[in-house]
Amino acid sequence: MMDTTVTDEAEEEPKARVPKAATDSRLRQILLSMAAPLGAFVFSLIASAVVLIAAGSNPIEAARDMLDHASKLEVQVSMINRATPLYISGVAAAIGFKMNLFNIGVEGQYRMAAIFAAFVGGAVALPSVLHVALILVTAMVVGGLWGGLAGVLYTHRGVNEVIGTIMLNGVALGVIAWLVRRWQAEGNIVEVGVGTEPIDESGLLPNLNFIPELFGDLRANEELTGMLVVAIVVGVVYYLLLNRTVFGYDLRASGLNPLAARAGGVPPRKMALAAMLMSGAVGGLVGMAEIFDKARYDPNFVGFLGFNGIAVALLGRNNPAGIAVGALLWAFLDATSDILQVTQTAPKEIIDIMRGVILLTVVIGYEVVRRVRERTESARTAARLAEATP
Amino acid sequence: MTPAIELTGITKRFPGVVANDKVDLSVEAGEIHAVCGENGAGKSTLMKILFGMQSPDGGTMRVHGEEVRFSSPADAIERGIGMVHQHFMLAGQLTVLENVILGTEPVASLGRIDFKAAEAHLLEVGEAYGLDVDPHDLIETLEVGERQRVEIIKVLYRGAQILILDEPTAVLVPHEVDELFRNMRELKAAGETILFIDHKLEEVLQIADTITVLRQGRTVATVKPADVSTGDLAEMMVGSELPTPQTSRSTVTDKTALSVRGLTVLDEDDRPALNDVSLEVHRGEVVGLAGVEGNGQAEFVGAIIGTEEVAAGSIRLLGEEIAHSTVRQRRNLGIGYVPQDRQEEGLLLFAPLWENAALGHQTRKPFANGRWFDRFGARERTEAIRSWFDVRTPDIEVTANSLSGGNQQKLIVGREMAAEPKVLIAAHPTRGIDIGAQAAVWDDIRAARADGMGTLLISADLEELIGLSDTIVVIHKGELTATLDPATITARQLGSYMTGSGQNDAETAASPETAAAPETAAAPEGPGDPAAGDPGESR
Repeated sequence: MMDTTVTDEAEEEPKARVPKAATDSRLRQILLSMAAPLGAFVFSLIASAVVLIAAGSNPIEAARDMLDHASKLEVQVSMINRATPLYISGVAAAIGFKMNLFNIGVEGQYRMAAIFAAFVGGAVALPSVLHVALILVTAMVVGGLWGGLAGVLYTHRGVNEVIGTIMLNGVALGVIAWLVRRWQAEGNIVEVGVGTEPIDESGLLPNLNFIPELFGDLRANEELTGMLVVAIVVGVVYYLLLNRTVFGYDLRASGLNPLAARAGGVPPRKMALAAMLMSGAVGGLVGMAEIFDKARYDPNFVGFLGFNGIAVALLGRNNPAGIAVGALLWAFLDATSDILQVTQTAPKEIIDIMRGVILLTVVIGYEVVRRVRERTESARTAARLAEATP
Repeated sequence: MTPAIELTGITKRFPGVVANDKVDLSVEAGEIHAVCGENGAGKSTLMKILFGMQSPDGGTMRVHGEEVRFSSPADAIERGIGMVHQHFMLAGQLTVLENVILGTEPVASLGRIDFKAAEAHLLEVGEAYGLDVDPHDLIETLEVGERQRVEIIKVLYRGAQILILDEPTAVLVPHEVDELFRNMRELKAAGETILFIDHKLEEVLQIADTITVLRQGRTVATVKPADVSTGDLAEMMVGSELPTPQTSRSTVTDKTALSVRGLTVLDEDDRPALNDVSLEVHRGEVVGLAGVEGNGQAEFVGAIIGTEEVAAGSIRLLGEEIAHSTVRQRRNLGIGYVPQDRQEEGLLLFAPLWENAALGHQTRKPFANGRWFDRFGARERTEAIRSWFDVRTPDIEVTANSLSGGNQQKLIVGREMAAEPKVLIAAHPTRGIDIGAQAAVWDDIRAARADGMGTLLISADLEELIGLSDTIVVIHKGELTATLDPATITARQLGSYMTGSGQNDAETAASPETAAAPETAAAPEGPGDPAAGDPGESR
């Protein structure tokens, strides 16, 4: 049952508006959509503080330690390094979400993409630009195929995409384990440790250390990943494709109402397949920062970026800027959690608690905002109706 | 005598709307009381309040003189109030008996259901009220009218003395309506009080003892049927003259806009849902497709716009074969589409109006610039649609969800008309919208018709079909069974044709070659002069 308490205020609110109504309305929408994440962040701060106090720690000290730590240049660089793959992963998930598909398989897609890209990159010798491009393209193709596989199962065999992608995650891990062993047997694995043939210098995306060096001296072992540029390009392309092209309109329409989209000429299967292919292709780029950093794929390859990307996409409401904020927030919590162990001001686990609380409150917050918006809008249209019919 | 039901000052607000504004209603015991009003007048809300499904924001309710406050339908049932919903709430795979006792199963020892006792009680109830059903029939084998009877028995079985029927005739064909009215009279004779919602005025005058008219959430009048005519009632309902769709002058040309030949569409079980259907729509012509819902209309529409696979036959749009084209190709060739369910198939409810205005036209100007979506063009066009088609909204950035039903429909009709389609497929274009919006939609179709648009109109509103169409074809069990002239047919006759009993229902004013080849539908009524079509039509 609907609750009518909001109605009364909402009814009085709009009376005389005509000229700049449109911009008014857009501004209102933007403000409303900011309210949810901000409110959630504040709420999770309070909740974490309560937990810390209950655990006998001082939340203010913990916060100070974290912020102090984050003020260091190398920590900031590390934050951006952590945020970059999360952002790409978030965009990959968001592409699926926009089409109403839950691609939970970015995890498998980026791992498959990474190992193949590393293998291809290590097997060839090419001029620098081509070499890097080949590695990135391989990653996108492999990721896209892995995502597209789930897409075909969905569109042509009716396999729910959540089930399909989860299963393919498992298959991906199995395939990777098998490949690593095979390459080992064939002698493609270097003696030192296990991993793919190292990629030549020419195939590694250069770092962006010149940017942080403008602000001060960087500690030697910290590099700003070149994938940051790729992530920014991915974000911009994602925005343009989704909001400025007919294809993006079709995609969003299908996600909002598949039946109406179909009647409006959008082929539903084609769009679902396209979304899974694109989501997978973008997902394929997630692991590349690590590949360029280590110059090969090894069994210690970073995991869970796919799952964290889903969280980041949820935080950012599938909006390219919002995902960036979410990724940075996640990375901040990641990068500063270590210091808590050093200073012993708070248990490290508080970070996981904060993440969980943030995610939950954000999702709830968005829902609340959606309802408030819906209510004020229908109140405004009704008011308009009343004006128009004297 | 204390009234069975007395409502005073009932008020109910929804976000942005006052559905009931100090409504008064008094129903005598043992009478048939009709509640009339336009869609959106607040009838359904009032009934839901009376049945405890919604709680009022103000006002008092008395049942048999005693003040009551319902927090759920269970409270209402306890007071002897029962409701038959417009959409039946029956399980198709269960028998009549099982459906009737569902939720109030008589329990014998060891938790078994005492079917014997239940059946005895059911038959007793049926006999007492003259309602004839076989307790062992499966619901899915029953006709609509019979299902309704089961719903009524279900309510009586629970001991209701006050029956609320929500638009009981909406789903029935004319002879079923007669049957329902006979049942209602018997119920009344047995001492039941009946409160029913209807907006078909002849029916109301025929059956009701007292009529209460609602308009825009307020009680306008309570009258006796002997004192009023349908015209009076209509005027009370809308507050002014009742508009009827009247196609003033024929604009039919001899140029074929849409030609369908031997069209066959199969259902999921590979049986023909549409069998060898042929039809022509000329430029400037409105062809009305009449039929009881579920006789192949949905498949017909789907086959023409491209969402249903065509098993056999051809569809030509201005001579071009499109039977196997994609929806988008057909849309771009000039097929406009007003879907039957605007929220399900017509709108992106949570997208702004300007994105909704683009749906179905997103690959063409002004919405597209090559592969780019033109946000400026889309907004400009939406503003134009808003003013041309009088879509009442504060601005075009609000979501479609916040518009009222009538304005959502005006937006859909507007976006289709603004694209100047060659052929418009309009499925129930005025279903569930208020009279003002209805008249606007009719005007829009007429104006475009005068400009040479061919229209295929599917409607359950027989008056609308007769008033708006140049030719009416009847669809029954997936086949076209009759071609009729709207100038000479009455709604009642049309109703008989729709049930497939047309020929028997004699005094037919229809064309003699009723069951003859549908090709006759194609016979244009003279060359006509499209240029001289009613130019004075305003939006």
